[in-house]
Amino acid sequence: MKLTGRAFVFGDRIDTDLLAPGPYMRQPLDVLAAHCLEAIDPGFAAEVRPGDIVVGGESFGVGSSREQAVQALAKLGVGAIIAKSFARIFYRNALNLGVPALVCPQLQAERGQRIEVQPIEGRVVNLDTGREYRCDPIPAQLMEIVTAGGLMPWLEQKLARERQA
Amino acid sequence: MAATLTEKIIARACGRDAVKPGEIVTGRLDLLMMHDSGGPRRVASRLEKLGARVWDPDKVVVVSDHFVPAVDLESAQILALTRNWARAQGVRHYDMLGICHVVLQEHGHVRPGMFCVGGDSHSPSGGAFGAFMVGMGATDITGALVTGEVWVRVPTTTRIQLDGRLARGVSAKDVMLMLCGTLGMGNEGQVFEFGGAAVGALSMHERLTLCNMTAELGAVTGIVPPDATTVAALEATGQSFGVDLAAWQSDPDAGFGAVHRHDAATLAPQVAAPHSPANSRPVTDYEPIAIDQCYIGACTGAKLDDLRMAAEVLKGRKVATTTRLLIAPASAAMTNQAAAEGTLATLTAAGAILLPSGCGACAGMGAGMLGDSEVGISTTARNFKGRMGSTHSQVYLASPYAVAAAAVKGVICDPRELLEEWA
Repeated sequence: MKLTGRAFVFGDRIDTDLLAPGPYMRQPLDVLAAHCLEAIDPGFAAEVRPGDIVVGGESFGVGSSREQAVQALAKLGVGAIIAKSFARIFYRNALNLGVPALVCPQLQAERGQRIEVQPIEGRVVNLDTGREYRCDPIPAQLMEIVTAGGLMPWLEQKLARERQA
Repeated sequence: MAATLTEKIIARACGRDAVKPGEIVTGRLDLLMMHDSGGPRRVASRLEKLGARVWDPDKVVVVSDHFVPAVDLESAQILALTRNWARAQGVRHYDMLGICHVVLQEHGHVRPGMFCVGGDSHSPSGGAFGAFMVGMGATDITGALVTGEVWVRVPTTTRIQLDGRLARGVSAKDVMLMLCGTLGMGNEGQVFEFGGAAVGALSMHERLTLCNMTAELGAVTGIVPPDATTVAALEATGQSFGVDLAAWQSDPDAGFGAVHRHDAATLAPQVAAPHSPANSRPVTDYEPIAIDQCYIGACTGAKLDDLRMAAEVLKGRKVATTTRLLIAPASAAMTNQAAAEGTLATLTAAGAILLPSGCGACAGMGAGMLGDSEVGISTTARNFKGRMGSTHSQVYLASPYAVAAAAVKGVICDPRELLEEWA
């Protein structure tokens, strides 16, 4: 799998309330997604295109357990999230939902630069600067979930195996 | 082999003699909690798609606390779905009786040594009872409901040693704001274990506050080794528990990642400036900033002990005419206790406005939201931009003492000065 998109670069501690604001949490996902990150970047939801890549700093996704923080980005078409580090629950949610979340502390990228990502291999390239980066590896135990495309497909496969047995 | 309390609980849950920090292991669940926002509304259709059933209805608890009471059609539908699903599955459902982390402990669901998950980021609260309890999102919860198992990366135990005693007007909330200010929000991969004389002297409500806000430290969870106070609280739920206190302690020679020692007596009340709990500083560093709304609410800041702290400050005083004080007690049972002992009358006589028990404005969902350019001070855990209303509002975080003091003066001020006048 290889993804290519434009970088949308944010700072440290992008929290779940910025990604999925509480006042819209009982609305359908498309309504919620339209408000994703509006508190710090009002143009983001309108500007982001399918395949674009969000680049964050430390503790990306800190705060609530709400999965809509991941789903809002995915709904807008974000293809991958790369950060210096992730908050634990957000990272689990992203893997579970089949949204590539990669830890790549060295990545240097500016807004609008084209980024290529190979999530399974853990490789990121800034196509505009030509620099290549290695991501922290996804633990082997979790790779099963990632390669299945998320926790739901992984569970479907597991249950199918058990029913056959 | 020497182990910390957390390592002992995880080892027991995954059927091993010992586990090491950093290992990924899978444990059998003793309890799974979910609420109306991340619960049935989001897992029911997934379970249906999988054609799967709940692994053990006796180990599942549902609490409706986020969209209560219904204020519009969307919230009414979510609450109805939650109610119907819980009934059909035969699981315990606490419907509009208070906030999940508080309701769980009121009914004795969380006990020492248990391995638990909750579909809410403040699930670390359960650690107050010497259990390992972590928060998860809805897909993770779906998997746990089907398998009865959860994978975890064994955290490194960071010990917070609080010696001495907290001074009057200083609370567990101040301890946690101070830790957020000094350690930041990026303490991933750690469990914070709280100990020392000051923790031993704390009530269960205060210990809940300690563990609750390890979420804001970015930690995996928090834990307080159980003692006589824990056992007394469990017995007060009306059930009898055989708790092996000696079994659920960290060994003295266990491998702690770090030990942070603090003299509790020197801690001053803390206030976190917008828009992060990590912006915490002693209240004495602040100018008297004018406050539009004072909010006492949430699992973090509206338990009975929190209401009592506010009442201590508000007794015989009035809320300043330039501000407003909203109080959403953390549970229906606590409202009842506060009414029976007179605490509630003290608060309402001062001019406090009572709101329903639930997550409310803390999560930007219920009554008490802030408008553009409004400034609030709150006993809740998070002051992220826009969390309590407008993205142009500002929220300061503080203890119930400090929020009550701000309500009296209309500005951020040191609650110890008001308490001294009554001494």
